Amino acid sequence: MGMTLISAGRRPARAAGRAGASYRRRDKYIRFALPALLVVAAVIVFPWLYTLFMSVQEWQVGSDRVFVGLDNYANLLRDTRFHAAVGRTLAYTVLAVALPVLLGTIAAVFFHRDFPWRGFFRGIFVLPMMATPVAIALVWTMMFHPQLGVLNYLLSLVGLPPSLWVYAPNTVIPALVLVETWQWTPLVMLIVLGGLAAMPTEPLESAVVDGAGPWRVFRDITLPLTLPFIMVAVVLRAIDALKAFDTIFAITQGGPGTASETINIYLYLQAFSFFRIGHASAVVVVFFLLIVALAVGLLLVRQRTKWA
Amino acid sequence: MGVATSALPRRQTVPSALRWRRLGSRLGFLLGLIVLLSPALFVFLWMLSLSLKPDVENTAFPPVFIPTSPTLGNFREVFATSPFALYARNSFVVATAATLLSLLVGVPAGYGIAKAKAHGLAFVVLVSRMTPGLSYLIPWFMLFRALGLHNTLWALIITHLVIGLPITIWVMMGFFEDLHPELEEAALVDGAGIWAAFRDVAMPLARPGMVVAAILAFIFSWNNFIFAVVLAGPDTRTLPVAVFNVLTFEQLAWGKLAAAALVVTLPVLLLTVFVQRQIVAGMTTGGMKG
Repeated sequence: MGMTLISAGRRPARAAGRAGASYRRRDKYIRFALPALLVVAAVIVFPWLYTLFMSVQEWQVGSDRVFVGLDNYANLLRDTRFHAAVGRTLAYTVLAVALPVLLGTIAAVFFHRDFPWRGFFRGIFVLPMMATPVAIALVWTMMFHPQLGVLNYLLSLVGLPPSLWVYAPNTVIPALVLVETWQWTPLVMLIVLGGLAAMPTEPLESAVVDGAGPWRVFRDITLPLTLPFIMVAVVLRAIDALKAFDTIFAITQGGPGTASETINIYLYLQAFSFFRIGHASAVVVVFFLLIVALAVGLLLVRQRTKWA
Repeated sequence: MGVATSALPRRQTVPSALRWRRLGSRLGFLLGLIVLLSPALFVFLWMLSLSLKPDVENTAFPPVFIPTSPTLGNFREVFATSPFALYARNSFVVATAATLLSLLVGVPAGYGIAKAKAHGLAFVVLVSRMTPGLSYLIPWFMLFRALGLHNTLWALIITHLVIGLPITIWVMMGFFEDLHPELEEAALVDGAGIWAAFRDVAMPLARPGMVVAAILAFIFSWNNFIFAVVLAGPDTRTLPVAVFNVLTFEQLAWGKLAAAALVVTLPVLLLTVFVQRQIVAGMTTGGMKG
């Protein structure tokens, strides 16, 4: 068996039992995935092993590497700058999940109807999601400018006072969430739109026959039936919001001060500005566990929405 | 609901109250469409406007929305003051090579996983979706340094497989699972090997899926910033890194900044408009992004 692993083109051996044949064939189909598994091992598994190893070493590039056990993790527990970064990341995530999911669901209901040029308009709607994040970040940086930016001009048109946007510690996180919401609402829209398309039509029709208004139909039928898809959107959004890097880094680099330093930005600075490899590796491990915990938690919630 | 009916030819017998209601729902629909599309349109049109104006107009207050004397000077300056053409070439080479390699490895993998129902392997894809890109970078940075690859495009191509491969496997898995197995079974009964059944029967049928996977892998590789910002040297910079450098050095040269941003993102935007159907198909099934 081991020899033939390489030659995926072999014909299936004529086996005596049907069960045996299908078992062997299943085995052979796995071979199609072998090259991919090799790549995964090289580019994904190797970094993980290296990171786990480094997270128990004290090593700053240029100095000697020393085994320190769990010291890096213990230091993280005491590091108030890291704690603040975790808090900011969670706040950012809550906002950057809630807003796109709310707006994306509304947009999906809108695009679910049939109207002329629907595909074209949907194409325009999804543009933010496909645009290069760094390029977008650049445009938003200019729009956020407190004196010359177009956003404060727009606020003045509707009689609102100007904001300092990303230039003040207390508004920087909401302003960054605005960019994230602008960019990723389309992804939620597409996922929920898929859910609406897969929805059975009978309950809807019978409700309309029973004389239910559009809001009642949405609340009692559309929403419960698409809830599993909305939960998928919530899980994906949560993972992406926790990992958000490009726009935050390009717009503020964690500033002003450390007011927008999320875990990812903190990690970048520790690893590639201060070159504290051991410390940064411990951050990676803790960060990943946080993402997994949140994703698993949300998936459990999703299971419950399926039963409801 | 009102929209579908409004397409019908008007009849004189319709009571006027109903006609007003139809008109109302039609106006409401148009208003909704404008509200939904204006954030996207505003940002992109503002980017275009900034890129076509001299900086005197760009930093005027109140803002000038429509350029009074449109100029391509900002674009000329972008290409004259930095090797933007080289960066564009780097971006194109890296995204294309990473996409092709992802297809080469990912299409058979998607087939194998779908056929063997090895969903444990699909879990690997999910984990890679959850891992922050930065966490790969410390080991890679050290590895590429040790191998002497740290200033080459190869380093970027290999790392961009992390973006393209999961997308490809995920999309192809879905496509191959939906494929009716009878045709391959017939080929197998006729004495073809499973490799031939894959190559001659399943793969041609899954061509639409490969198009979806290739488009998404290319776009997310093109857009990637985090890998190149750490791993690229002066000659191997990709466009997102180049545009970020313009930002840090030229705080108030808004015309040039917007022109650079437009050069980076315009190819992707055009691609999106032309193939939005495939993108929508890919994103709704996979919900993947780099």
